Amino acid sequence: MYKILATETLTVNSKLFRVEAPYVARKARPGQFVVVVVDEQGERIPLTVADIDAGAGVITIIVQQVGKTTCQMATLEAGDSLAVVAGPMGLPSHLGNYGTVACLGGGFGMAAMFPIARALKQAGNKIIGIIGARNLDLLIWEDRLRGISDEFYVTTDDGSKGRKGFVTQVLQEKLEAKEKIDLVFGVGPVPMMRAMTRTTLPYGVKTIVSLNPVMIDATGLCGVCRVTVAGETKFACVDGPEFDAHQVDWDQLVARQALFVPEEKLALARFQERIAAQAGAKA
Amino acid sequence: MPKANFSRHGMPSQDAAERIKNFGEVALGYSEEMAVEEANRCLQCKNKPCVDGCPVNVRIPEFIKAMREGDFPEAARIMKSTNMLPAICGRVCPQETQCEEKCVYFKRGASVAIGRLERWIADWELDRGVELPQLSELSGKKVAVVGSGPSSLTAAGELARMGHQVTIFEALHRPGGVLTYGIPPFRLPRTVSGAEIANLQKLGVDIVYNFVVGKTATVDEMLADGYDAVFLGTGAGLPQFVGVPGENLAGVYSANEFLTRVNLMKAYAFPEYDTPVKVGDRVAVVGAGNVAMDSARCALRLGAKEVSIVYRRSRTEMPARAEEAEHAEEEGVRFLLLTAPTKMIGNDKGAVCAMECQQMQLGEPDASGRRRPLPMPGSEFTLEADTVVVAIGTSPNPLVPRSTPGLEVSRHGTVVVDPATGATTKKGVWAGGDLVTGAATVISAMGAGRRAAASIDKYLKGEE
Ligand SMILES: Cc1cc2nc3c(=O)[nH]c(=O)nc-3n(C[C@H](O)[C@H](O)[C@H](O)COP(=O)(O)OP(=O)(O)OC[C@H]3O[C@@H](n4cnc5c(N)ncnc54)[C@H](O)[C@@H]3O)c2cc1C
Ligand SMILES: Cc1cc2nc3c(=O)[nH]c(=O)nc-3n(C[C@H](O)[C@H](O)[C@H](O)COP(=O)(O)OP(=O)(O)OC[C@H]3O[C@@H](n4cnc5c(N)ncnc54)[C@H](O)[C@@H]3O)c2cc1C
Ligand code: SF4
Ligand code: SF4
Ligand code: FES
Repeated sequence: MYKILATETLTVNSKLFRVEAPYVARKARPGQFVVVVVDEQGERIPLTVADIDAGAGVITIIVQQVGKTTCQMATLEAGDSLAVVAGPMGLPSHLGNYGTVACLGGGFGMAAMFPIARALKQAGNKIIGIIGARNLDLLIWEDRLRGISDEFYVTTDDGSKGRKGFVTQVLQEKLEAKEKIDLVFGVGPVPMMRAMTRTTLPYGVKTIVSLNPVMIDATGLCGVCRVTVAGETKFACVDGPEFDAHQVDWDQLVARQALFVPEEKLALARFQERIAAQAGAKA
Repeated sequence: MPKANFSRHGMPSQDAAERIKNFGEVALGYSEEMAVEEANRCLQCKNKPCVDGCPVNVRIPEFIKAMREGDFPEAARIMKSTNMLPAICGRVCPQETQCEEKCVYFKRGASVAIGRLERWIADWELDRGVELPQLSELSGKKVAVVGSGPSSLTAAGELARMGHQVTIFEALHRPGGVLTYGIPPFRLPRTVSGAEIANLQKLGVDIVYNFVVGKTATVDEMLADGYDAVFLGTGAGLPQFVGVPGENLAGVYSANEFLTRVNLMKAYAFPEYDTPVKVGDRVAVVGAGNVAMDSARCALRLGAKEVSIVYRRSRTEMPARAEEAEHAEEEGVRFLLLTAPTKMIGNDKGAVCAMECQQMQLGEPDASGRRRPLPMPGSEFTLEADTVVVAIGTSPNPLVPRSTPGLEVSRHGTVVVDPATGATTKKGVWAGGDLVTGAATVISAMGAGRRAAASIDKYLKGEE
């Protein structure tokens, strides 16, 4: 069992966990993730290592509630435990001195982007941070990302904070204005990463995205995470999760992610009923 | 000289129509009476041909003799002197190409049912509480065993018995390797494999889960951390694909994914368990080994209306255990032989809806000694399928080899060892099982674990 030492509610749909996982804390590098299972009946889900306290043997993970497992995690508090925390999985980000790097984050990707952007900064890059959410209440780690960025932008779909619109619009304007951007990095929902790809392709700016296909073991055993990149099949859990966005077969990724949607909906509905019944019993 | 008796005792089993509705064990096992009757058929051959057919040389006539004398504890003891996991081997060994193939009755189609007797005596012992072997004096040496499949379990058990302090490091959250994530419970009930593993733990073997060697720590780090020797038993878990267009459509599973969902993650109990599995009405399984049969039979049990095995060679070349192919057929699995997929076809949502296949014919034998399948031009046809499971083989996972400098690997990705000892090219590191041989059998993996344990013991004592 892996003990939860502290939690922090970040937004209405995201929560931070500090979890005791000494082996992972010793080895994890920016860009890597862990596999988490909540309890005996649980499924294995991948979550990015958002920060590490190696000395204490503690990792930070940030979870956005989208379905049964992530919603169940959100009910856990300090003192509770997770049945499994395995990793670090995946290849670490390729950190070099590229010059100016635009780092885009959306959804849980705001937190997942943070360790990568920080490391890129430490490697001597100029960082343009661009994060976005539907509205201001859903922003995650804005201050931390701002703190390591040389230039920083926030976008919201409804204009409640920063620029109204999407993260890719800021990127688009900068590229149009011929600002120097040597590399674009992005973590977030597939539609955002896909839009990034469309934005940068005409300008030929190298673009790296951290893909999030469905995963199970994350050790290369099952192949559920396979994605087609430059016409070749790759296992995102061991060959990735970061790939050249311009080479990704996005249609395929979207189709593969959709396979279990009816089952995911059923699992979430059942879970919500259970929670409601428990709340009813208490009241 | 006992008289020959050619009537092999049949195996009681769940009725086919009933069993495809559950994941309970298919073969129910002999009663004591049947077991003793079957044991009585053994001719106690002086030259013991059956023993040569067993990769770990189980002392077959001897354990059978003890059985028919009613001395079951002695039979179990003899069995376990060479085979640590008889309840498992009795169920999953391909007996017809091993011990039973060498039995003098084989040509008459009536080999003594060695596997079933092995299973019976092992179950008898498990029911009563297993007698633990004598442990040697503690050596003070520490051994790390990587993976918890049959090769690792055997190596760990032997090393613990020899007095070494053994820790198993397993990537997944449950022990057993293929015994847990691959072979379905209707062939190997989890109570059986679980009991065998619990007995190992009673010998003092410690198991650390969620530890991915090569990621969580490297072999070099484990050696530097105070382990005196490392045994690698990480198996051959990397799924291969056919390489035809459309193979990454949604609804196309590797057998490993399909079976892992069902067996390791218990998707058959969704939504009690969180991991789902989706099985359409029409399922095509590519391949005809044990893995393919297991996938086909799981699909039936999950509600598929029509399940087809698609295999490019003929029935004779099918690599599955004979009993599994028979069971699959009884359960209604269709066999499309001399048929190979050429393309997976998707619908407008990017999910598979059909498979284009081609008829094959057999040509000259190839390197494997089996006749080579050759495509027949113009024989293409379309097989409707809303779920496809690809079960055409696996290769060793490169995580450990890639992160371990000094470990020689063949061009097939298997780890190179001295076959007599299991020693790799790296000092202090041994390997065995599917990682070394490529996908093989439970019993050969166990044999390798045992040989490596003997060699590690010598090394730790400074004798090698
Ligand atoms: C390498 C990697 C790192 C990740 N890091 C994080 C992280 O740090 N924080 C975080 O909150 N999430 C992260 N994710 C996504 C996270 O794993 C999924 O959100 C989670 O598995 C959903 O589980 P669930 O049961 O709650 O939802 P489900 O019921 O499985 O899904 C609910 C909805 O989310 C969609 N969905 C399912 N799986 C994914 C997925 N992998 N990516 C995107 N959408 C999905 C479904 O289509 C469905 O609409 C990461 C994914 C990967 C592959
Ligand atoms: C579906 C199926 C059915 C089969 N049916 C039969 C049968 O009927 N009869 C028969 O004799 N054989 C059968 N086999 C083959 C047999 O199961 C294998 O030959 C045998 O299990 C190999 O044992 P092993 O110890 O080498 O490895 P495995 O059983 O493959 O176990 C390897 C273990 O190592 C772990 N591991 C891998 N990488 C790492 C890492 N980096 N760090 C830590 N742990 C790691 C894995 O998670 C796994 O638990 C079948 C195989 C399959 C897949
Ligand atoms: S271990 Fe397998 S091959 Fe050996 S005797 Fe038992 S069933 Fe036969
Ligand atoms: S070959 Fe057959 S009959 Fe002879 S000893 Fe072995 S099991 Fe018995
Ligand atoms: S998640 Fe199973 S191989 Fe990548």
